[in-house]
Order: sequence, then structure tokens, then C-alpha cells
Amino acid sequence: MSDDEIFKKVQESLMDALGVDDDEVTSEATLVGDLGAESIDFLDIVFKLEKAFDITIPREELSPEDILTNSQYVLDGVVTADGIAELKRRMPWANLEEFEKSPKVQDFGNLLTVGDLCAYVGSKLS
Amino acid sequence: MRWFWVDRFTEFVSGSHAKGIKNVALDEEVLDEYQPGFPYLPPTVIIEGMAQMGGILVAEHFAFDKRVVLAKVGKAAFHQVARPGDQLRYTVKLDGIQPDGATVTTTSYRGEVLQAEIELMFAFLEPDRFMDGPLFKPGDLRAMLRLMNFFHVAVDRNGDPIPDHANL
Repeated sequence: MSDDEIFKKVQESLMDALGVDDDEVTSEATLVGDLGAESIDFLDIVFKLEKAFDITIPREELSPEDILTNSQYVLDGVVTADGIAELKRRMPWANLEEFEKSPKVQDFGNLLTVGDLCAYVGSKLS
Repeated sequence: MRWFWVDRFTEFVSGSHAKGIKNVALDEEVLDEYQPGFPYLPPTVIIEGMAQMGGILVAEHFAFDKRVVLAKVGKAAFHQVARPGDQLRYTVKLDGIQPDGATVTTTSYRGEVLQAEIELMFAFLEPDRFMDGPLFKPGDLRAMLRLMNFFHVAVDRNGDPIPDHANL
């Protein structure tokens, strides 16, 4: 499946799940900040992506809560270097460049973009 | 007034689908003031009926071990109103399952006419989240299912009666 086809299907899934318009769903748009996704919407997005692409999405792949709540990887609300390494290992498809500059746990929720989601789906399909 | 929005299960296959009927009657309080002079079943209680059937379908799949709540109405299209005297036939299909939620797709037919199409998502309350303990008092869910003829029709994938779940 081409990147364009993946984007189109991801876009449709997000429009359905979040009630947003197609012109809002750009590669750079963040799911939480720009598209208004709430925690319950992520479950909906997972169901829609599984159906659209016929894939299985384990919870921990998109929501690394276990890392972000693990004292081995978080110190005073900030993800440690070990934690960043673990996040990169778990989510090689995500662009963590910006997050690394100030890796506060509270900011992680607004990290994922539509482009990240497309890259994730692409990694599942390849 | 009982908050039961499906009258009877007519089919239930564990982990697959459920069917049921809802009869619309003029003496139902909910019809009184919704649209004075033109009584019909409010679409929201049709969604509630589907949510009750879907919730039971999902909960039974997990042996009634999860606290299943309606989290999202993904789609709700109503093609016809349901008026007193109508019988609606509901079908609910289990669509997706995750460790923390599930989705169902549903239809409502009046005779041969498609009356409504609804998609629902359920979430499972984590322990200590929102409230602690079970959502039902002991025996209440079992009594509700008995009233709805659930145990008359509920079978597993092999067609055998579903087990007597300890959590009911």
C-alpha cells in the first residue's frame, strides 16, 4: 500500500472518530492539540485503524503508559535518557525530536501527529 | 418505570451477535412528551436499547468480569420513526475487541424496513476508576437477563447453553 493510500485511510478513520474535516487532518496535525482527541478517542482510533487496515494494534504500541509511569524511566516528571531510549525502541515510527528537548511526561500526550500514525500503520503493514 | 429498552432476546451467540425485539406501546411514559401529538419512540432510547444488548454481548464475552460502559456513539442514523404498535427487531454484532474496550454494529428493522443503524463503542472501567466495585447489585443483572428471556436463547459458539457465569 502506498503512503498516499495509507494517509487517505488514516484520514478517514480520524474524521470518523473525531468528527473533524479532511482539511484539518494534515500530516503535521497533532491528535490531541490540533484535532481535539481525548483519551477515549484513542480507543476508537485503534478500532477504526484495525478495521481499515486489517491489522492488530496492541495497546502498549500506541500508548507507552508503562514506560511513562515507570520510576526507572521517569524522574521528577521528566523522562530520563534511558526512558527516551526505551520510547524510541518501542515507537521507532514516532518523531521524538521535539519531545527530547524538554521530555516532560505531561507533554507526551500531545506528541503524536497524523504523520506519526501513518508511519506506525506503515510499519505494521511492511 | 423499568429502564429496560429491549423487551426480549430472541437470539444470542457468545462472542458473535445478539438479536432482540422492542415493542413500542402508547402507554410508555417516554412517548408522552417527546413530541406531543405525534408519539414515537425517542431515538435516544433506541440507542439505549442497542447499548443494553451490546453491553451484555460484550460483558458475556468476558464472562461478566469487566465493568462495561457505553463510551461513544460512533454513528446513529434513523431512517424511520418507531410509532406505537410497531415492533422493532434489533441485531447487534460484535465488531472489535480490545483489552480495554469493544465495538458493535447494530441495526433496527420494522418489518422489512431498515429503521436505524447504530455503531457503539464500549469501554471497560479500570479498578478504582470513577467508582469501585461492581456496576450491579448482586443478582440484579441476572434478574434483568432472566426477564429478557436471555437464558432461553443464549448459546456459545458450539450451540451449547452458555455457562452459568459466577460474576452474574
